[in-house]
Amino acid sequence: MDLNFTPEEEAFRQEVRDFFAENLPDDIRDAVKNGGELTKEIMERYHAILNKKGWLGTTWPKEFGGPGWGPVERHIFDEESCAAYAPRIVPFGLSMLGPVLQKFGSKEQQDYYLPRILNGDDWWCQGYSEPGAGSDLASLKTRAVRDGDEWVINGQKTWTTLGQHADWIFCLVRTDPDVKQQEGISFILVDMKTPGVEVRPIKLIEGGHEVNEVFFTDVRVPYKNLVGEENKGWTIAKYLLTHERTGIAGVGFSMLELEEVKALAKKITRNGKPLSEDPLFAARVAQAEIDLEAMKLTNLRMLFTAQKQGAPGPETSILKIKGTVINQELKDLRRRALGPSAAPFPGSLSGSNLDVAPEGHANNAARYFNNRKTSIFGGSNEIQRNILTKTMLGL
Amino acid sequence: MNFDLTDDRQMLQDSLRRYLADKYPVEHRNKVAYAEPFHDDAKWGELTELGALFALAPEDAGGMGGEGFDISVVFEELGRVICPEPVLGALMASRLMTAAGADQEALLSGATKYAVGLGELDAPYDLDGIATVARDGKLSGRKSLVYGGQAADVFLIAAKDGDALAVYEVQASDVSVTGYGLMDGAGAAEVVLEDAPGKLLLADAGAAIEDAVNAGIVALCSEAVGAMDVLHKMTVEYLGQRKQFGRPIGTFQVLQHRAVDMLTEIEQSRSIVIKAAAELGGPDASRYCSMAKNLIGRAGRLVAEEAIQMHGGIAMTWEYPGSHYAKRIIMIDAQLGDTDYHLSRVAAAA
Ligand SMILES: Cc1cc2nc3c(=O)[nH]c(=O)nc-3n(C[C@H](O)[C@H](O)[C@H](O)COP(=O)(O)OP(=O)(O)OC[C@H]3O[C@@H](n4cnc5c(N)ncnc54)[C@H](O)[C@@H]3O)c2cc1C
Repeated sequence: MDLNFTPEEEAFRQEVRDFFAENLPDDIRDAVKNGGELTKEIMERYHAILNKKGWLGTTWPKEFGGPGWGPVERHIFDEESCAAYAPRIVPFGLSMLGPVLQKFGSKEQQDYYLPRILNGDDWWCQGYSEPGAGSDLASLKTRAVRDGDEWVINGQKTWTTLGQHADWIFCLVRTDPDVKQQEGISFILVDMKTPGVEVRPIKLIEGGHEVNEVFFTDVRVPYKNLVGEENKGWTIAKYLLTHERTGIAGVGFSMLELEEVKALAKKITRNGKPLSEDPLFAARVAQAEIDLEAMKLTNLRMLFTAQKQGAPGPETSILKIKGTVINQELKDLRRRALGPSAAPFPGSLSGSNLDVAPEGHANNAARYFNNRKTSIFGGSNEIQRNILTKTMLGL
Repeated sequence: MNFDLTDDRQMLQDSLRRYLADKYPVEHRNKVAYAEPFHDDAKWGELTELGALFALAPEDAGGMGGEGFDISVVFEELGRVICPEPVLGALMASRLMTAAGADQEALLSGATKYAVGLGELDAPYDLDGIATVARDGKLSGRKSLVYGGQAADVFLIAAKDGDALAVYEVQASDVSVTGYGLMDGAGAAEVVLEDAPGKLLLADAGAAIEDAVNAGIVALCSEAVGAMDVLHKMTVEYLGQRKQFGRPIGTFQVLQHRAVDMLTEIEQSRSIVIKAAAELGGPDASRYCSMAKNLIGRAGRLVAEEAIQMHGGIAMTWEYPGSHYAKRIIMIDAQLGDTDYHLSRVAAAA
């Protein structure tokens, strides 16, 4: 048993830390600190900074232009990028489609799409969920029918995160309605500019616009936009699900969040005393800290197994469940610390010099509400429990 | 023992429920709750005509109620439609004016809108922390998150007057009012007083303020019960309708049990609010109001978060009414003392 990182790993950590200190622009850091929606421009600029260093495709092997990191290096990178208030890398092209094309794509697809993802030529979004197919993704209905050397697509996707910025969408579509659900699904790439694609915004609970509905009406795309084999899309979807798992616990984000909560509790005064000295609030923070400390280790233990076995196992569902719950608790504490000062609608007091929340905290209530999504998407926490019941308990 | 409403209160409940269901559907609510002036003046007038404000004050003060149960009936109905009208300010102001023996016809008729300024930035909950001062009838300080303040004509302001707490009546035109909308709809204001002229309403007002806060707590807790009840019903209905894996998600036992846990907490909430309402005005009111506010804070978080979770993505949207109920239920915790604040009060008194 040895809880230390190797000297090489520590050196790598320092390298990452120095990189962010030197290269992350202040305006990007501030935007992340303030917790509002990030603009497309900021996300693209951030990607370009990482790409220049060769660190953008964090999960990509060297042959495709990635840094060739293993799970531990990725973990260190995640921790350090969080600590530096760097944005989250937009995952759809980089950690979802990229790995799929690397594993299932044709040489031609790899050569064309992968460099464009790294260079920021194409912004991708994920077209999986439908109004009737959420947890039960395999019941999806969006239909693709082959017509010569084209696909004709009809149907609707929903919850498409950042689809308003996207140039392309990768979709799971039904290509054979007459077989078992999982066996009639294909994975197809669609240029969002194709006639018949329509994006409509969905406003979220806190008022932000990050998700969309995407409608397909007689959308024609080339047959060669199929990834992998026809009707084998479910295999790809499942592969992606396991790939989505590294970093799923969001430990880095929670560590930062904990620091934020502690600093905030020192800044807020209640009747002349800092909130940090309120025993009930302090106990809530301590409780979260204990859970997070254990989570750090749980995460590293699973990382270690993944490193040894070459792939994360089903127990990573534990990371998703507990990781989101801890992060949601910390978001709750941030809101709670402010008391009524969390109540103003985001932005409603900015510019009035009467702001009631300390700098960087005016969006705390919005963050809390928005973050409820994390236990719903990416396989809800109930679905994760179902997975664990089957795989770990054998029930 | 009898847990039924009296005939009068039953009538009040029926008429408010009918009116609000008809005139305050959630689409309308969202339209007015999130845009200036963050309520609907016409509806405010109609609500008053229905007697919603008269029910909040006792007969000798010109009202028709004023007991804990009257307050509870009104606010539970407001909670059922997450109504953004500034009734809380009217209630708390009325309590203070009743204590002062002041004429409140303009308040109860809805003609004049009142807001009460107690909390401050560094002392949102605890009256001991009030730093606003009154000297020779002039007030200076800042009241923060004054609910309904964006629409108020008159403010009742708690201020230190020498060693005692006093309440002054201050005209909105004599102070700087910065109104804004809230995360959960409706509005509030930052009220900055700089030597603002005030009319003394209550000297040595500690007990009267405590009573007004207690009344406010009964109101907020009742509002929460109304909102939780509706949100729970919405959730159960959705569990019955939404199909995944070829069956209604309500057939998954894990969701059934959690919906039952919500129900249990709502019943507990209802009970503690009845107790607090019964004790309002009596010697133990503060203790039971603190119990109620603590329990509602805990139950509210469970109900709101579980409702969202069990709906899935749909409850994350602005368009789905349940999301607005969840926001209101959560944000109620930060009004007039949160879960921890009231827990420590109950513990200290034990
Ligand atoms: C903000 C946000 C962003 C998203 N971004 C994307 C995106 O970019 N691309 C994309 O394709 N999708 C996206 N999603 C969709 C997301 O993956 C789905 O919301 C998720 O799969 C859940 O589906 P649902 O919302 O339809 O809920 P449902 O599947 O209807 O679930 C409702 C409730 O029932 C529970 N439940 C369902 N089945 C079971 C069961 N068998 N046992 C026990 N409980 C069960 C669920 O856990 C949940 O609590 C996003 C969602 C959100 C909220």
